[in-house]
Amino acid sequence: MSETGGEVQTHTVRLELVDEPGELLRALEPISEAGGNLLSIYHERGNLTPRGHIPVEVDISCAPARFETIVEALRESGVNIIQAGSERYDEELVVILVGHLVDTDLSDTLRQIESCSDASLTDLSLSAPKGRDETSSARIRLKTRSGTNGNALSKLREIAADKELQVVEPLTEASQ
Amino acid sequence: MSGAQLCVLGVGAVGRSVVELADEYGHTVTAVADSSSSVVDPEGVDTEAVLQRKADEGVVGDDDPDDALGSPYDVLVEATPTTLGDAEPGFSHVKQGLQRDKHVVLANKGPVAERYGELRALEAESEGTIRFEATVGGAIPILSTIEDFGATHITAARGVLNGTANFILSRMAAEGLDYEHVLAEAQDLGVAEADPTFDVEGIDAALKFVILSNVLADGETEFTLEDAAVDGITDIPGTALELAAEDGRTIRLIGESTPEGVSVAPRLVPDDGPLSVTGTLNIVQLETTHAGRLNISGRGAGGPETATAVLSDVSRLVE
Repeated sequence: MSETGGEVQTHTVRLELVDEPGELLRALEPISEAGGNLLSIYHERGNLTPRGHIPVEVDISCAPARFETIVEALRESGVNIIQAGSERYDEELVVILVGHLVDTDLSDTLRQIESCSDASLTDLSLSAPKGRDETSSARIRLKTRSGTNGNALSKLREIAADKELQVVEPLTEASQ
Repeated sequence: MSGAQLCVLGVGAVGRSVVELADEYGHTVTAVADSSSSVVDPEGVDTEAVLQRKADEGVVGDDDPDDALGSPYDVLVEATPTTLGDAEPGFSHVKQGLQRDKHVVLANKGPVAERYGELRALEAESEGTIRFEATVGGAIPILSTIEDFGATHITAARGVLNGTANFILSRMAAEGLDYEHVLAEAQDLGVAEADPTFDVEGIDAALKFVILSNVLADGETEFTLEDAAVDGITDIPGTALELAAEDGRTIRLIGESTPEGVSVAPRLVPDDGPLSVTGTLNIVQLETTHAGRLNISGRGAGGPETATAVLSDVSRLVE
């Protein structure tokens, strides 16, 4: 690899944006600031991600090393990246949360989990047969970026500890 | 020498079975002690009479317990109840045996989990050797497998080492019942003790994984129960097992042991995987450096099962 970080290539980034004025511009700024050459923007209005956001596909030309900088810059500015280059949300993480899920505001719990840029919620099953006052359980399925299950789990542990929920974690046999 | 003369300390389920089965393994019991009495006979005690007296009168003989410790024997079997912290009186028993240059076989987890370094230091000064297969996984040859591979060729151990917790979780999953209900059933069956704290809070499993970590660390680090991150199963509701089952998984109380640390917690495992053993079965997975993963399962508790491990240790020491 040369000092400039390799040959210039075209990279595709898929983002998801909240449908609010100025969101697209806010998302594009870090790209040009980090020296990426914008080739095309496909704003998929009418199409929604599972979380109800609008998917945006951006093609950028730059050297691979610079591309990494751009992705980092996007994440730092709080833009949610669904896919960057060949990198995808292709790993799955399933956990069970146990405790007073309803009383501790389940939707806030999920929002906090979602705000972790490494994970995106794909499925939730709640079992609270005895009503809101008793202990209930929820199975949560997350898609995570390759190799970031550990980060997502630590974040989950933090959120759960804060609300005194127990996390039943999967045994990841390769983690040791 | 093939047959050894045994001094057996502790006449609970394990000690009693050791006394009963020693002859079958070619060994002679020359002394037996419980917390208040002892019996010593260099020709071999009358094991049936001793166990009968224990059952009838609560004592094993007329002598002081210390007389057994001071009697002539080849191997000391420490099978008194596991205690935490200073691990007494078990630790002192082992110390006395080693200071007399005798071999010691432990079924008591306390000294090996809480004072491993001190035990190994005493052993280094002694002509005697300690073995403690019975402390981890009852009849399953886990420590001798690690010994055969060499501790440095095992990178991690994980699995289910508490039959009571496993029985409760697998019954909860199979019957859709809640924890309290299944615990009461387990107590009726004698699978859980009247005070199940040690088992259901994960302490018993943690002690075993602490011992495994001590063995895997091979003297480089020492672990005690305090170093382990321990979570029990008392807060797991039936609904959690149902949600797991819908997804092809189940929940088991899984311990993990590496040279770096110890943890025990309820974990999600594949329903059809090797770690989801049912009932009171135990299983340990060893990650080896050159031979992949080894699964060893079997009965992890019970008097005769654990006595089998004790007597195998005795035979290894004297053959």
